[in-house]
Amino acid sequence: MHVTSSVRTPLVTGGKTYADVTEDVSRQVEGRPTREWTIAFTISVIVLIYGTACVCWTWWEGLGVWGLNKTVGWAWDITNFVWWVGIGHAGTLISAILLLFRQKWRTAVNRAAEAMTIFAVLCAASFIVMHMGRPWMAYWALPLPNTFGSLWVNFKSPLVWDVFAISTYFTVSLVFWYMGLIPDLATIRDRARSKVSRYIYGALSLGWNGAAKTWARYEYMSLILAGLSTPLVLSVHTIVSMDFATSVIPGWHTTIFPPYFVAGAIFSGFAMVQNLMLIIRVVFRLEDYITVEHIESMNKIITLTGSIVGVAYLTEFFIAWYSGVEFETYAFINRATGPYWWAYWAMMTCNVISPQLFWIRSVRRSVVWTFVLSVIVNIGMWFERFVIIVTSLHRDYLPSSWAMFHPTLFDISDYIFSFGFFFTLFLLFAKFLPVVNMAEVKAIIKSSSEKLPVSVSGVAKGERVANPTFNKDAE
Amino acid sequence: MENTTKRYWKGVEELRNDSEFVKNANSEFANVNSEEDLLGKDPQRRDFLKAMGFGMAAVSLAACEAPVRKAIPYLNKPEFTFPSISDYYASTYAENGDYAPVLVETREGRPIKIEGNPASSITKGGTTARVQASVLSLYDIDKLKGPKRGETDVKWEVADREIINQLNTVAGRGGAIRIITGTIISPSTKAVVADFVAKYPTARHIQYDVNSVSGLIQANQISFGQAVVPSYRFDNAQTIVSIGADFLGTWVAPLDFALPYAQGRKVGATKKDMSRHYQFETIMSMTGSNADYRGTYKPSQEGLVVASLYNKVAAKLGGASIAGVTATEVQYLDKAAADLVASRGRALVVSGSNDPNVQIVVNALNSLLGSYGSTIDLGTPLNYRQGNDGQMNAFINEAKAGTVQAVMFFGANPVYDHPRGAELADALPKMALSLSFADRADETASLCKYITPAPHYLECWGDAEPKRGFYSITQPAITHIYKTRQFQTSLLTWAGRPNDFQAYLKNYWRTNLYSQASGAGSFDQFWIQTLNDGVFEPNKGATAASSASFNAGTLGVAGSAIAQRYRPTNNIELALYETVGVGTGALANNPWLQELPDPVTKACWDNYATISQKTAKEKGWEQGDMVSVSVDGKAAIEVPVLIQPGQADNTIGVAIGYGREKAGRSANTVGKNAYPFVSITNGYINLSAVNAKVEGASGRREIAQTQTHETVMGRRAVLQETTLAAYKKDKAAGSYRPKVETSEGPVTPTDITLWNGYGKPNHSWGMVIDLNSCIGCGTCIVGCNSENNIQVVGRDEVIMRREMHWMRIDRYYSSDGEEGDYKALEVASANPEVTHMPMLCQHCSNAPCETVCPVLATTHSTEGLNQMTYNRCIGTRYCANNCPYKVRRFNWFKYFDNDNFDYHFNNDLGKMVINPDVTVRSRGVIEKCSFCVQRIQEGKLTAKKERRRLLPDEVQVACAQACPTNAIVFGDMNNPESSISKVLATELESRAFHVLEEINVRPQISYLTKIRNKDEGPKQESVQESQA
Repeated sequence: MHVTSSVRTPLVTGGKTYADVTEDVSRQVEGRPTREWTIAFTISVIVLIYGTACVCWTWWEGLGVWGLNKTVGWAWDITNFVWWVGIGHAGTLISAILLLFRQKWRTAVNRAAEAMTIFAVLCAASFIVMHMGRPWMAYWALPLPNTFGSLWVNFKSPLVWDVFAISTYFTVSLVFWYMGLIPDLATIRDRARSKVSRYIYGALSLGWNGAAKTWARYEYMSLILAGLSTPLVLSVHTIVSMDFATSVIPGWHTTIFPPYFVAGAIFSGFAMVQNLMLIIRVVFRLEDYITVEHIESMNKIITLTGSIVGVAYLTEFFIAWYSGVEFETYAFINRATGPYWWAYWAMMTCNVISPQLFWIRSVRRSVVWTFVLSVIVNIGMWFERFVIIVTSLHRDYLPSSWAMFHPTLFDISDYIFSFGFFFTLFLLFAKFLPVVNMAEVKAIIKSSSEKLPVSVSGVAKGERVANPTFNKDAE
Repeated sequence: MENTTKRYWKGVEELRNDSEFVKNANSEFANVNSEEDLLGKDPQRRDFLKAMGFGMAAVSLAACEAPVRKAIPYLNKPEFTFPSISDYYASTYAENGDYAPVLVETREGRPIKIEGNPASSITKGGTTARVQASVLSLYDIDKLKGPKRGETDVKWEVADREIINQLNTVAGRGGAIRIITGTIISPSTKAVVADFVAKYPTARHIQYDVNSVSGLIQANQISFGQAVVPSYRFDNAQTIVSIGADFLGTWVAPLDFALPYAQGRKVGATKKDMSRHYQFETIMSMTGSNADYRGTYKPSQEGLVVASLYNKVAAKLGGASIAGVTATEVQYLDKAAADLVASRGRALVVSGSNDPNVQIVVNALNSLLGSYGSTIDLGTPLNYRQGNDGQMNAFINEAKAGTVQAVMFFGANPVYDHPRGAELADALPKMALSLSFADRADETASLCKYITPAPHYLECWGDAEPKRGFYSITQPAITHIYKTRQFQTSLLTWAGRPNDFQAYLKNYWRTNLYSQASGAGSFDQFWIQTLNDGVFEPNKGATAASSASFNAGTLGVAGSAIAQRYRPTNNIELALYETVGVGTGALANNPWLQELPDPVTKACWDNYATISQKTAKEKGWEQGDMVSVSVDGKAAIEVPVLIQPGQADNTIGVAIGYGREKAGRSANTVGKNAYPFVSITNGYINLSAVNAKVEGASGRREIAQTQTHETVMGRRAVLQETTLAAYKKDKAAGSYRPKVETSEGPVTPTDITLWNGYGKPNHSWGMVIDLNSCIGCGTCIVGCNSENNIQVVGRDEVIMRREMHWMRIDRYYSSDGEEGDYKALEVASANPEVTHMPMLCQHCSNAPCETVCPVLATTHSTEGLNQMTYNRCIGTRYCANNCPYKVRRFNWFKYFDNDNFDYHFNNDLGKMVINPDVTVRSRGVIEKCSFCVQRIQEGKLTAKKERRRLLPDEVQVACAQACPTNAIVFGDMNNPESSISKVLATELESRAFHVLEEINVRPQISYLTKIRNKDEGPKQESVQESQA
């Protein structure tokens, strides 16, 4: 049966031609850094330098500079780790699962989302290393052949599973992202005026020639990598959640954790994508590619995953009561009413209540609302991890050990480090690599033979006339 | 003959006979480039690189010069000393009135651990925290390295000459010489002092104690004509009433009392009864925390409480009552009186008061109850406290008047710890000769003209007679570390006698004690046997002296004096107390004791004002708020508030022994000095003040506590307790055995498991901790610190909740909250029941820590041990998080060689205390209780060498060995002959329980239910709860 869908609203607005796409996306790669970019980059680098100094001091002096204690052995370190890993989920979800589901709208955002994934995973990895008492021994967590005799890693430990899950996820994401970049890198190579950029982008584009065979292989690889990544989207956070779920600590030992963590990760990841894309589309003038439709679609996913997370929170409470286990019951009552009640209610407000505002159409189509709520969601998801980790640990089985955790300057600074690291990398990416997948976006714009629904904007046309470029993409 | 020798040539040059070759043929080496040729006239690129390479290698080699560490081997190995094999010497700890016969473990000539001497019938191998910590004081870097005149170092010969001259001058003009010491329980030392006094007749020996029982001695003089402290037999008592006496913690001889007390309270298969302990006091003392019934009074009521109790008992028994005292109603006082009467002949009343009139009434009460001859033995007096307040007071008067011209201080620091210390400080510089034997320039010594430091007891010869007829010997376990000299040797030198104190001591024993030894053979045999045993107890097993006749005529006088003195006030009253750890302050520079949490408040590294919940509420003070405390217009001290459940309302408790100024790096500026508030009332030291001025002050100071949550939150899976009444009916009373619901019905949690379990084919090391015997003293903590090289982290890190103790004692207060009302359960009762629960690694058979470690740094042994491999640990702390008992400790910093942690691990002398069998952990790794695996290993190796199996109880862990009350039993659960197997055989079905049994981690440690000797039925019957 042949189905003809009704006329869809175009995914790319502004009547863009193939040439426009190339021009709009390549512009910031080829041009001089904009003022906004320079300011943002300077701030990021300053934050990174400050953060690096603090991280170095943490390593030099020992983890005692953090606020941890004998009862609360993890706090901001693992909170930040899980938070960043969670954020790292959106990229792969967008590029893999939405590819398999043939959600064409993803093409405008997948590049930046994948870049975000990779940088977020790097930030997460930095906390894995940072939280170790002896980070110079970090490689012992890898099953390397060694001279220590029969010493091997402990395959029962979820931390070892984490090592595998995250390194696999990082590798696949990196390959997927880089492979998607190749045609666009070739475009930039071909447009390059200076020898240096022609050499660099030429090297990076790995000899892409745009032949039909190459495109076919590209498509196959996309599908294969999408197929490989899809289980990883689920497995990474499932395994991260097992760090907690396989333990005996009330509030951690919960079978609901895997789906709950995956939903939470997508939730926070999409919120982070929203934050980044909303800025990019304004700064790089990509409003025609990243449209309100995109924002709305992603907001719908945020609402869905936020609601899943909300249901998970309530389920946990129900089970705590229903199980009749006094420690479990107390752990949850303590979350809501104990000394960290504010963290719990911050989490509930940010994660469960605030995304429900997206049921209102005008809110979910509003750039400002979306931006604000996305920030709130990410704050909420940070608190979710904090609540799970700290409020479960600080009052577990023996009341004699109950303690409070108070962050120190270094807890905060080492978290700030990850922001400096993330934004420095992301800004470098945004400047030197195409932030939108030109090749794939071209696949979804109306062909030039069709009548343009909207007239071409003056600026783009004028520029094109003044500065004609060879439309290599036509090949 | 044909020359058949073939000619071999070594090179083409030789074959060709080059002229160049011929020229050099006879030189040994080929013509290598000499130094100047290295770069030659015409340097090639390769030459340059060679030279540069050599230069760089040479420079970098020179830069990394290895530190020179001198390890000097034994050229002649001392006889009986084997590297890495411990030697044990019997000796005696007798400091500041505390006494313990000990075994000193030495390694290659340095003492590293103190154990109790099991040969002693007094302590039976028990120790106290102070005894355990004493080995660290040996290696105190703040000690003086030799004698001093003022600020300058002098040689002993010079000091001797000058001091003898001064003594002769003073004695010549008839000036008084005073030797001020703490209690001396050494008979030979007293003989030395007597010899000195014989040489200088104007000399007099004065003993004083800060924690004085001078009033008790005086009362016994008045009541019985014997100026002594009697022996108390807590094991014989059915009813114990203590009025302000912290007899398990600080009063007279806690080590002497603790074991009999615990024996009286032990229950088991064959003994279903235990003593009942009433405590009436102002602050919550450690002893009070062990009481079955506890009432509180204000210091101004103390005499009235005693008199009221007397009157109540007298009314029942028909004794003469004390007239004129206001009847004082204290909770449980009537009940105590009734129980005392009921257990007449097996009752014991003790009072911590230093007021002789109060003690006379106590004597009358004990006399009335027939305690003399059963629970009190006047025939075997205790020598632990001999201080005479009156004499000390008179001395200070003389000093002020200028009649004392020479004074010597030994084991005494009155400028710091005597109420009239300031007056003495003014008088000291006026004396012709003042000297101190202190090991450091302390508050008194720094004001003296000479300091002639005496060594630590582990460097000394000596003896002790803690009770009449019970002797023990002190022998050095190490040669003098610094140029110090024993007090006795110095006195003998100055008295012009042969100054070999060892010979003197031996001679003293030959003359005075050998005769008491029956069938000991020659004196040399006796002497060697005594040195070997450490103790000599001719009076052992002597029956208590029959009842003493109480001089009833003195009661009336005492009664009216009490009525005169004790008048209840509405003021906030101050009670000063001694802590179990730091004590009177003499040991304040010992970081182990500073970091030992107080058994009740769990605070360390500070003193503070304890106030009751009600008073705190009335005054609006919260924990940590600063208050200013002052008495009689003396300079106020500012201390933080600690809210103490069980304290009398409208009172404030402040610990003495803090605020040292010249004790050393660990003690100085720790806490505030409360000694100025000690008063002398009617000639006796009085540790309370009825007219304290306590005001809120600005600021806050956080108190370093190792435990901040006070109650057990109704968690019966953690703590199980019951009453004696319930226990008599049901031996499993109070036990909590949860069930888990399954499709096949409820099952015990241990029947469901994912794991296959570990086989324990050979040994299964385990522990049983009797909550009824544990008094919470913390000796095990210090014993463990000493054995396992546990780091001291200091006040700030304790506030961060990062103390490194492997062994801790959880202290829980009862709460009035109903089950499920968590907010109410968090609040301790106003006068709570207290439980002390030692907590250490439970060595779970299904250990949650083991499964989560990514690198297998913590693993299970085939003997039931949960092992920690420090050098495999990468420090993820996952194991610590996943430990349900929270016993794992993380090295947040490098705690050794770090100026931020300037304790004994930061100097070479202090590091001498390190046990070489135990790794010093570096930063970034987790550590925890190992069940003293080094001792297990040593025991197994010894047994293997001797081709036998380990004997039952051959291996002991440090905590069990140190425990004064035998609350901890350690051993091999696979060996049916071991003590632990025997305990478990009878208790497994009754009192034994595992903490958190329902999570099925299967600990190797069992606890025995705490039983309180209370009348009313248990709040909770033994239950079997089900949960899904």
